[in-house]
Amino acid sequence: MAKRIDVSGLTAYYGSHKAIEDISMTVEPRSVTAFIGPSGCGKSTFLRTLNRMHEVTSGGRVEGKVLLDDEDLYGPGIDPVSVRREVGMVFQRPNPFPTMSIFDNVAAGLRLNGSYKKSELQDVVEKSLKGANLWNEVKDRLNKPGSGLSGGQQQRLCIARAIAVEPKVLLMDEPCSALDPISTLAIEDLIGELKERFTIVIVTHNMQQAARVSDRTAFFNLAAVGQPGKLIEIDDTERIFSNPSVQATEDYISGRFG
Amino acid sequence: MDISTQSTQSPLPTPQPPPTEQRRAARGATRPGDRIFLGLSRGSGILLLVIMAAIAVFLTYRAVLAISEDEGNFLTTFEWNTNTVPPVFGIAVLAFGTIVSSIIAMVIAVPIAVAIALFLTHYAPRRLRGPIAYVIDLLAAVPSIVYGLWGAMVLVPHLTGLFGWLDAYLGWTGIFSWEGGAPRSMFTVGILLAIMILPIITNVSREVFRQVPQMHEEAALALGATRWEVIRMAVIPFGRSGVISASMLGLGRALGETMAVATVLSPDFIIHGSLLNPGGGTFAQNIASKFSEATEFGRDALIASGLVLFVITLLVNGAARAIIARRKEYSGANA
Amino acid sequence: MSNATIADKRPSTLRGARLPKWSPYAIAAGSVAVAIGIGLAAGLDSRVQWGLIAGLLYVFGSYAIAARVEGRRQAKDRVATSLVWVAFLLAVVPLVSLVWTTIARGVKVLDVYFLTHSMGVVADSQPGGGIYHAILGSLEQVGLATLIAAPIGVLTAIYLVEYGRGGLARSVTFFVDVMTGIPSIVAGLFILSLMLMFDMQPFGFAGSLALAILMVPVVVRSTEEMLKLVPNELREASLALGVPKWRTILKVVLPTSIGGITTGIMLAIARIAGETAPVLLLVFGSKFINANPFEGAQASLPLYIYQQYGSGETPAYDRAWAASLTLIAFVMILNMVARGIARWKAPKTGR
Repeated sequence: MAKRIDVSGLTAYYGSHKAIEDISMTVEPRSVTAFIGPSGCGKSTFLRTLNRMHEVTSGGRVEGKVLLDDEDLYGPGIDPVSVRREVGMVFQRPNPFPTMSIFDNVAAGLRLNGSYKKSELQDVVEKSLKGANLWNEVKDRLNKPGSGLSGGQQQRLCIARAIAVEPKVLLMDEPCSALDPISTLAIEDLIGELKERFTIVIVTHNMQQAARVSDRTAFFNLAAVGQPGKLIEIDDTERIFSNPSVQATEDYISGRFG
Repeated sequence: MDISTQSTQSPLPTPQPPPTEQRRAARGATRPGDRIFLGLSRGSGILLLVIMAAIAVFLTYRAVLAISEDEGNFLTTFEWNTNTVPPVFGIAVLAFGTIVSSIIAMVIAVPIAVAIALFLTHYAPRRLRGPIAYVIDLLAAVPSIVYGLWGAMVLVPHLTGLFGWLDAYLGWTGIFSWEGGAPRSMFTVGILLAIMILPIITNVSREVFRQVPQMHEEAALALGATRWEVIRMAVIPFGRSGVISASMLGLGRALGETMAVATVLSPDFIIHGSLLNPGGGTFAQNIASKFSEATEFGRDALIASGLVLFVITLLVNGAARAIIARRKEYSGANA
Repeated sequence: MSNATIADKRPSTLRGARLPKWSPYAIAAGSVAVAIGIGLAAGLDSRVQWGLIAGLLYVFGSYAIAARVEGRRQAKDRVATSLVWVAFLLAVVPLVSLVWTTIARGVKVLDVYFLTHSMGVVADSQPGGGIYHAILGSLEQVGLATLIAAPIGVLTAIYLVEYGRGGLARSVTFFVDVMTGIPSIVAGLFILSLMLMFDMQPFGFAGSLALAILMVPVVVRSTEEMLKLVPNELREASLALGVPKWRTILKVVLPTSIGGITTGIMLAIARIAGETAPVLLLVFGSKFINANPFEGAQASLPLYIYQQYGSGETPAYDRAWAASLTLIAFVMILNMVARGIARWKAPKTGR
């Protein structure tokens, strides 16, 4: 059920400003792909083009193709709402709905898609919370507000919410940058388990994290501030971190660069 | 607009000098400049308290003068005869009219205002949002007498058709039966008040909706929610208490509105079962209409009715404040 | 739909059947046409009803069509969209009508003569006359109210932000909120009760006092907000130089926030300039020019509108509209200038 992503010639704009230019890559199903690169290189922007969240920001528009198992996300007649159901997303800062309970947060996506029986909902919620390694911590307080959890728990709650609707792809935008090291470890372990079921793309500032969790790594860079970000190279993570083919990648990884 | 009560709870953003400094500054002991300035500013604050106390005391005093002479029951009498001997007057009709017209106004204005606020934050073309909001901001400043003039000269003639239609199809309910005649009834008042408070409720609601954190809306979007579902999941729950307090603000205006009611209503001291038949009155309208012919005693009687209005608006504003305060606690956890 | 042919054999989960982009416009046009049809057929003469019927048809029409083609969720989304649009258009109608009528009917008699003459010898039923006495009265009453309310309001805000701690500050904050909610007629009744005590006749300054009561809380609120925006570093920097606190407030804090405070005061002026009820009770109104706000009845612009309307004569209606236009213009200009100042003086870091 995990799907392959095929990007070709993708350029994204904010109004007249070109944020990323001419990006092409393939993301294999059931793998973890990490995006690394300096701030402002457009890796988050690129991530958001993969589930059509980019166009939500004012002036955001996209040229090029993103194929999800041969179907162009930007093709005519494609409903962005359906795209986002297939391609889930976890954000930088944990964002559970503040007015909803833990249970309702996880069930939120399901409730959108028609009426479920209470027992069905309970099953899915339990399964998703288990899938996010959160079940044991919250099973006694499912009706408490999600905002009462710790940061790391909130982020896993958001992951549970995202996987509850059974997406094909899971996008993660620096999911650990607001978390402490122990919570980060918990999320990284979780990513390792989730890749059995989903195609995962993760943006991270932390190169060790990219090395730890990902199968493949893509390095993004920009020529200068104000210039569009570009994909420098994408390769097996091991190779990127040991013997990259581009000098700029090596400079960045060895810390010789911003 | 932030109708906050922050200064009561949060530490104020003043510098924190060492404790001894602070105590001295608070007493304003050392420098004459400091002492005078502190005295002036604290004096202004105290003056406000004195004024509020004076309002309560003087209104109550004059009201007691009037009510003690009242031969009718001040709360239940359906008459306002302050010139007869003995005087007989009561606020039953006024209280009824004030509440009914305000309820009508709220029922019409709140949903529309919320819809316009959503329109301005989520639906309108981005380039138009700013200008439209600006215009609505300006409309909130149009004086009520102008609304009143417009209501009487333009709105009232246009309502004949609507009233006939309501009478024809909903007349059987009794509430909407109409005997003909000029459409200058409590329902007209309600509609005009709704139009008047619409800009205020819209503005405050819009401000609240704008403050919904982007990340909550994106969370809903990323789950595959349509625009309406995003609003239901993320925007409305977050903004609910803000909208309630905005509505209370509007309600406060509607309850105390004088001129717009005085211009469109044909007042009469009766309570109709139907909203469409002329008659009835509100506290403020009654004061404005009866004032010029009132004797000194009549004025005291009007002051007594004004005191009741004052108490009602205090209660409404108190409720709004309580809601805002509760919201503060709620949102604190996830700031 | 044409897309179906492009997609391959597997049923796509990404594309739902979508109505074409122009469909809302088509449904809107259809509903308006049908509404006009119904209106003509049933002989409904009120345009308001035509509009309501068209709105209802549009909402239900788009739901029915979208539910058939796109499914329930999309249909709900479309209904929400159309309801929001209908609400907006519904609200625009009266508000535009208000502005338009005031301008269209106001310009009829609004000229220099109108602005420079009083109603002294003009009967309500005659054309002619003007609003000079009313403008004069309004300016004096509002001006005096501002002279009272602005210093008290600003000083109270300074007390609350710079000094206020403990019970007194808390109760001042509370009662400022309470004052914000006082109906204008109640403020008028309060001053009236004082006048009854001392057996006084109506005069301009009494109105000013009531207006000041209405103005103070607005000024306090807005000034408070502005003072809170002044960064603490500025105060500390000044105090660290050994500048006394009162001079710090006068020379550092107030100049930094003066733009916002001015805006707040101007908006408060705009608000009280349109108040009629307290003026009606306390100033009474007059046809003659009375430049002395401390003695004798005075006119005022909003009160003039009310009294001209109340006289029920056509020439008086014209004068009422012209006075309304003048009043609106005054209030709007104040508002726009105030907002202009706010934008111009706004800290660049703001939203």
